[in-house]
Amino acid sequence: MNNIQKIGIGLFLLSLIIFTAVLGLNSYTLSSDGLSHITNDVHRNAIIEEAEKTGALDKKYSNNIAFIGDFKSILNNTQASLESSYKSNPPADVSEWDYKMGDWVMKDYTINTLKATGDGPVSNNPLLFLFLTFGLGIIGGLLFILPKFRALPGIKNDNIYHSALTRGLTFTPRVGILMATIIGVLIYGFKYMNGAIFWPLVTAIVAGLITLLVFLHEKKKETGPPRSASVPITGWIGFFAGFYLIGFYILLYWMPEYITNWTTIVDPVSHMLSGNDASQWFLYGLMYTVIVIVMGIRMMSKYRHNKYQRVRTASVMFFQTCIAFLLPEILTRLNYPYYDFKNIWPLNYTFFFDWNINNLIESGGLGIFMLVWGIALIVLGVPIITYFYGKRWYCSWVCGCGGLAETMGDPFRQLSDKSIRAWKYERYIIHGVLVFAVIMTAMVLYHFFTGSTRVLFLDSNNIRQWYGFLIGSAFAGVIGTGFYPLMGNRTWCRFGCPLAGYLGLVQKFKSRFRITTNGGQCISCGNCSTHCEMGIDVRHYAQRGQDIVRSSCVGCGVCAAVCPRGVLRLENGSTDIGERAEEVRNVHIEDLINAK
Amino acid sequence: MKIVIIGNGISGISAARWTRKLSDHEITVISSETEYFFSRTALMYIYMGHMRKVDTQPYEPYFWKKNRIDLVKDHVDHVDFDNKSLTMKSGDNISYDKLILALGSKSNKFGWPGQDLKCVAGLYSMQDLDNMEAHSAGLKRAVIVGGGLIGIEMAEMFRSRDIPVTILIREESYWNNILPKEESAMITRHIYDHHIDLRIGVNLGEIVDDGNGKACAVIIKETGERIECGYVGLTAGVSPNVAFLKDTGLKIERGISVNNHLETNMPGVYAIGDCAQISEPMPGRRPIEAIWYTGRMMGEVAAYNVCGREVAYDPGIWFNSAKFLDIEYQVYGDVLAKPPEHHATFYWEHPDGTKAIRLVYDVNDKTILGFNVMGIRFRHEVCEKWLKEKTHLEKVIEDLSLANFDPEFYKQHEQDFVDAYNKQTGANLKLKRKRKLDQVLKFLKA
Ligand SMILES: Cc1cc2nc3c(=O)[nH]c(=O)nc-3n(C[C@H](O)[C@H](O)[C@H](O)COP(=O)(O)OP(=O)(O)OC[C@H]3O[C@@H](n4cnc5c(N)ncnc54)[C@H](O)[C@@H]3O)c2cc1C
Ligand code: SF4
Repeated sequence: MNNIQKIGIGLFLLSLIIFTAVLGLNSYTLSSDGLSHITNDVHRNAIIEEAEKTGALDKKYSNNIAFIGDFKSILNNTQASLESSYKSNPPADVSEWDYKMGDWVMKDYTINTLKATGDGPVSNNPLLFLFLTFGLGIIGGLLFILPKFRALPGIKNDNIYHSALTRGLTFTPRVGILMATIIGVLIYGFKYMNGAIFWPLVTAIVAGLITLLVFLHEKKKETGPPRSASVPITGWIGFFAGFYLIGFYILLYWMPEYITNWTTIVDPVSHMLSGNDASQWFLYGLMYTVIVIVMGIRMMSKYRHNKYQRVRTASVMFFQTCIAFLLPEILTRLNYPYYDFKNIWPLNYTFFFDWNINNLIESGGLGIFMLVWGIALIVLGVPIITYFYGKRWYCSWVCGCGGLAETMGDPFRQLSDKSIRAWKYERYIIHGVLVFAVIMTAMVLYHFFTGSTRVLFLDSNNIRQWYGFLIGSAFAGVIGTGFYPLMGNRTWCRFGCPLAGYLGLVQKFKSRFRITTNGGQCISCGNCSTHCEMGIDVRHYAQRGQDIVRSSCVGCGVCAAVCPRGVLRLENGSTDIGERAEEVRNVHIEDLINAK
Repeated sequence: MKIVIIGNGISGISAARWTRKLSDHEITVISSETEYFFSRTALMYIYMGHMRKVDTQPYEPYFWKKNRIDLVKDHVDHVDFDNKSLTMKSGDNISYDKLILALGSKSNKFGWPGQDLKCVAGLYSMQDLDNMEAHSAGLKRAVIVGGGLIGIEMAEMFRSRDIPVTILIREESYWNNILPKEESAMITRHIYDHHIDLRIGVNLGEIVDDGNGKACAVIIKETGERIECGYVGLTAGVSPNVAFLKDTGLKIERGISVNNHLETNMPGVYAIGDCAQISEPMPGRRPIEAIWYTGRMMGEVAAYNVCGREVAYDPGIWFNSAKFLDIEYQVYGDVLAKPPEHHATFYWEHPDGTKAIRLVYDVNDKTILGFNVMGIRFRHEVCEKWLKEKTHLEKVIEDLSLANFDPEFYKQHEQDFVDAYNKQTGANLKLKRKRKLDQVLKFLKA
């Protein structure tokens, strides 16, 4: 590492510290001015009244935690008093739903009030803080990355297993963190479902069943612990990085009111693009895009000698920046529906939700086109393109989750578990999620067309709420990205993504794509398996001269890149895929004997 | 029947796996090096931090139990061929019905003064690797004696930790006893590009003791120059690891003599891999070929023979591959540093000096004899078929794209190659085929 790179790291860390500190840098004064964003007069006046009563009006809070605490209880009390006053004395001129205050608007009120009443360095100088966080982060990252372009081109995996960031954790702490996270998610989910135990319980039972199936299958005595876990190494920086990411996602999904200062600093960008204030989703989209671009540049520097990697990385950078981030913002500005043209159901699980369908239908020609486009991708795009090129066309060329995994996640790809046990878990879970997505969507559509929410004992609103919580947020975000430094960069894509499950089925059973092995050249070194982000034991096939046809392969091409003997090649061809994927294809003696 | 295999390297393990596939015999594999089979070729990647030790094990631990292959971690001190019994270091005795010797190699030492000091070692075993690791912290310079494949790997290992490296080779350019002149020059340049201090045309004089039994410098024989260093790697080749079997009646020359069924002179005893010396090798092949691929094939052949299905060892057409720092290398067929009269060659090198293709052919009838590729990947099966079928050089050139195995989007150089060939010979060849898997498979089946 040279000095410029050290400065880069320093700047990056500084930006991270400032970014974190930003959350606590504002003070808040609950004034009636600060509530003027609430257009509902009944609500606004009731809140002001309640605030006055509790003495919170015009009181100055030095941080958002105290403010949110008080404000939430004010809202709760207001809600209750509106409720009772509606009962005792129903107003003539206001409808019930405008009069009463629903849970959903309370969330909006909280966030918008925080943004409006915030005062202090962040609110007064959002641009300065935009520079100190995003700006410094980008500059620091680039200072670290750009000098790498000067190194001789070639494989750059030196010392990844010596670095406390990228070497991962041992089996026990890793499983411990995973279990704690799952239990935490279920407990929080119980709360999220307003105290209904049904779905968290079903989830826990399914998880138990899968584990039982995996272990029953292993016939215990034959199988040791998963291979990729048996060496004692502790990547403590990775541990903290994972922790930070997990925390970030929890705030983002479930406690967005605590991160309004972050949205304040990106407001100027949002105003420029869509004209609106930034929501937490805008913040997330912007961060995501910036990270994909900066880390994409890193990926390019790492694989300067490899055009497949360069083109592929450019592709994910393009799709994230233009199609996933900019285009929807511009559509919003032009009063069209917010729409990400490359996001496909069931990854895009809200596609068939009533509000989305209605929104698209009501948006004229373009909206109808979006609806047709989305459905065409599902029924034609996925099978046809996957038939010709394998699922890689989506997973490692187009997809946003894949894009993040291939850029920010690249330093962690070696941490995926290569054991047979992990593979078993993978198959149960990913197909389980696919089934869940299909059932959930079927119920939502049934609801949409018939107006009835119930099928048997299931409630369509309930199931979709749980899906959004468990799969959409907890799995895809908290575990999917938070576990990069703990379980590799494709945890979500490998174990969870229902679209990957669908693409994978097409790839396995009807596709021309395979990884071919080069005759007898494999030396069983294990580079390919180690650096497979999907946890495929590539070597298992390569050393037998077998072509590789696996549903999970996202075709990132890194196995072929790191193989020191030129054994692997990603190829599409219409012939012989089954035959070449047979076990022990390349054994010369069988040939000799058969020939006799 | 009880089959005992000494050595859990690629040859021993291949023998065990194939024996299991073919039979129900009892199988025991003994090694004193590691509990589980690992890929020796991946030693460097452990040191460089690309992989952990477990990642170099091609099979998960449960594999052995599942396939009823007993693993014994112990050292065989003595073999009693008459009583079919092994004496182990631990004091145990293990008897066998059939024995497969897969003992591997050991690093050469040529009697240099100081060769047994601490911090002087070859790179062959896991213990060598551990030793290297143990002495790497704070290392100011390492000196590597001998080029070759392991020498350059060792240099790459030290460079991955920014430890300065000097390599001493006797030759005038890197590995020029195996590589033709141009390729050897290319790698020599590449070594310098990586800031490795390669000293050509020199021999090791002695290794200097620091007074505590540790190496602290080497002295070059020719010039007397002293190079301070904290580690000396001895990578001047390997030789069969057979010393403990001397005077047991087993016929040993450089390696253990075997016929083409891999049988030694002792009944029911076979030798395979690095330690075996084929008495009558196939034409063009060497009696000892200490490489991964031959070990794998011998293991398979030995298994057939042990199980009573007689198969002769036929390694087929020679192939090998390596990677010199960032330049990959593949060879198919006969490409010799000092070719005989009837070998002619056509060589093309990319202007950037890191990629090259060499075709070797017979001057008399222009049939193809060999391929050497640097920085470009070729397809094994295609080259093999051309060689087997003694294809005409120009036919090969016209179809050269079929052999290209580089990743998608890589620039293909076949056209440059053809242009160069046409220019030099006045021929007017055109590329006839495209690099397409379907075409390749069709060609392979034809
Ligand atoms: C660093 C390095 C890189 C290499 N790279 C390549 C390459 O890229 N391509 C290639 O083709 N080849 C390569 N080779 C060579 C290749 O690894 C060997 O040819 C191959 O491993 C030999 O396999 P083997 O099974 O014959 O012996 P080994 O792998 O040496 O196995 C023999 C085993 O037997 C054990 N043993 C021996 N005697 C006893 C005893 N008395 N008691 C108990 N155990 C005993 C040894 O400890 C050892 O574990 C490389 C070698 C090295 C060292
Ligand atoms: S990286 Fe290449 S040589 Fe190593 S195990 Fe994989 S396919 Fe074989």
